[in-house]
Amino acid sequence: MNIKHGRFGEFGGQYVPETLMSALAELEKAYMYYKYDRLFNEELDYLLNEYAGRPSRLYLAENMTKDLGGARVYLKREDLNHTGSHKINNVLGQALLAKKMGKKRIIAETGAGQHGVAAATAAALLGLECEVFMGKEDTERQALNVYRMRLLGAEIHAVTSGTMTLKDAVNETMREWSGRVSDTHYALGSVMGPHPFPAIVRDFQRVISREARAQILAKEQRLPAAVVACVGGGSNSIGAFHHFTEDGGVRLIGCEAAGKGLETGLHAASVAKGRVGIFHGMKSYFCQDEAGQISPVYSISAGLDYPGIGPEHAMLHATGRAEYVSVTDDEAVDAFYYLSRTEGIIPAIESAHAVAYAVKLAPTLERDENIIICLSGRGDKDVAAIARYRGEDIHE
Amino acid sequence: MSKSRISEAFHGKKAFAAYLMAGDPSLEKTRGYILALEAGGADVIEIGIPFSDPIAEGETIQGANLRAFAGGGAGLDGIFGMVKSLRGEVSVPLLFMSYVNPVFNYGYGAFFAKCADCGISGLIFPDLPFEEQGEVSGPMKAHGLDLITLVAPTSGADRIEKIAKSASGYVYLVSSTGVTGVRGEITTDIARMAGEIKKHTDVPVAVGFGIHSPRQAAELSKHADGIIVGSAIVNIIAEQGENTAPALTAYVRSMKAALG
Repeated sequence: MNIKHGRFGEFGGQYVPETLMSALAELEKAYMYYKYDRLFNEELDYLLNEYAGRPSRLYLAENMTKDLGGARVYLKREDLNHTGSHKINNVLGQALLAKKMGKKRIIAETGAGQHGVAAATAAALLGLECEVFMGKEDTERQALNVYRMRLLGAEIHAVTSGTMTLKDAVNETMREWSGRVSDTHYALGSVMGPHPFPAIVRDFQRVISREARAQILAKEQRLPAAVVACVGGGSNSIGAFHHFTEDGGVRLIGCEAAGKGLETGLHAASVAKGRVGIFHGMKSYFCQDEAGQISPVYSISAGLDYPGIGPEHAMLHATGRAEYVSVTDDEAVDAFYYLSRTEGIIPAIESAHAVAYAVKLAPTLERDENIIICLSGRGDKDVAAIARYRGEDIHE
Repeated sequence: MSKSRISEAFHGKKAFAAYLMAGDPSLEKTRGYILALEAGGADVIEIGIPFSDPIAEGETIQGANLRAFAGGGAGLDGIFGMVKSLRGEVSVPLLFMSYVNPVFNYGYGAFFAKCADCGISGLIFPDLPFEEQGEVSGPMKAHGLDLITLVAPTSGADRIEKIAKSASGYVYLVSSTGVTGVRGEITTDIARMAGEIKKHTDVPVAVGFGIHSPRQAAELSKHADGIIVGSAIVNIIAEQGENTAPALTAYVRSMKAALG
């Protein structure tokens, strides 16, 4: 899946203010060098293995398999990584890259706080200053993660512009970066934004499918019928899809947040309900109104609460290589309970979107087939919110 | 190629380009403010098109976006109608400044045809750098519209050369890194940057971002062909209420006097 001039087919590009162009060029140049640098890759592998706990397990969910009565269900356990999600894969790579580039400071956006916590963690480890921009609404919903980031030494900025959620946090981080590019790296958290971010984040996340492909072949001696992952910006899903894209028989299924339902307008389903547009530095699919204004989006999952999707996903959708389906809040919450009770694994509410679709898919497949769910994160952070969703008055 | 109306506006003088947001607080008011800016001596007027997520703007112009949406005057067809109604009353060139998505969404060809029809002379896209301009430059040229390109303090010599060589209307020299908004000090070496641009083009160079005072106008115009003022004008619109139109005229007059 090669890119040409920062494009995935017609998608991607560098739609940013001129002030940021030199920083993007500098980043691209540095990345193209370190991507092939043996020492850099050794250092990164060391951190991923010794610090973050890779490789992550590919776990056969036997109870779930038995219960669903179809394909054998495997969970790629990104939830067991240090900091509890796949986000650490990307930030260790970017923080190391920032350090090699001589940057003293990283800045990051965060929605639920998973990427912010991962960024603050990597910064603490590698001795970088870290500032995280988070929508004010999200700082209130995720107060514990705000404290966690502070504990790790990061400074948190509550963003009060716009809808005060993830998209506004991205706006504010871009504004901050345009004012201070020389000593600062923007550690973007997903496969989105201007080139080269979608390629860099994809490359740091593809370790998921590199491991998973080898693991499934070792366990099953055959490729999976499908790989299922949730999609907000799309980093865990791109990571889970990447090394399977050339395997034509493997269905790649991205699960978007349908919120309260696609017809209610309260969702974050950029592929199902969005149109091609240009925003946050990229041409891709966005939830927008008829005038091209970016729409407020909604999902129970703060990590999927984003009005766009990464440009490589846009291409995978446009070419038909990957399928994008929608999962509602209710379905995701049911799956959150289901996996907890069936396997004793509490998934992140983001990942529960993928579990929900897999629960529907597995029974339609043969018993000698298998599917892989990317379990992108653990659900401890969501427990209080899900309890409240189910009507219990629990606060962190 | 016929001489650009926008470039002509810089001829024989230091030009003052004024920015305001369409629909802030209503299209009717914007119409009056455009006339007030011209009465004060503005040579070029940039009309902002509201966008939900203006990533290059500081708080002042973000506020103008919000007021435009709240006032219901943010729709493109309403803005086209307001501009068209100025025909015969305004003689200085008018430009649109827009984030690219509303224009892409409208359809480039249809949008630029409307621009030409209502008397717009050029466009500025804050999120469409040189590398991405290919998708608009053809249809813009076909409708006789200038594409105003930006040069930033972070633009290296090779980029400046590419940008300058394809410039039309004027080159928008961004005075400072960061977002739009009034600044006390401008630390960029404007003389050097303007000189670098002028090595490669005869298109006029106008400096913008952060400029608000006559003192700054006098200082910066020594090195450039004109200045662009946005946030200071938007502040007047936000604060002056009923007195806005005369306040705008008086402000532009004071800045023009400083430009000499």
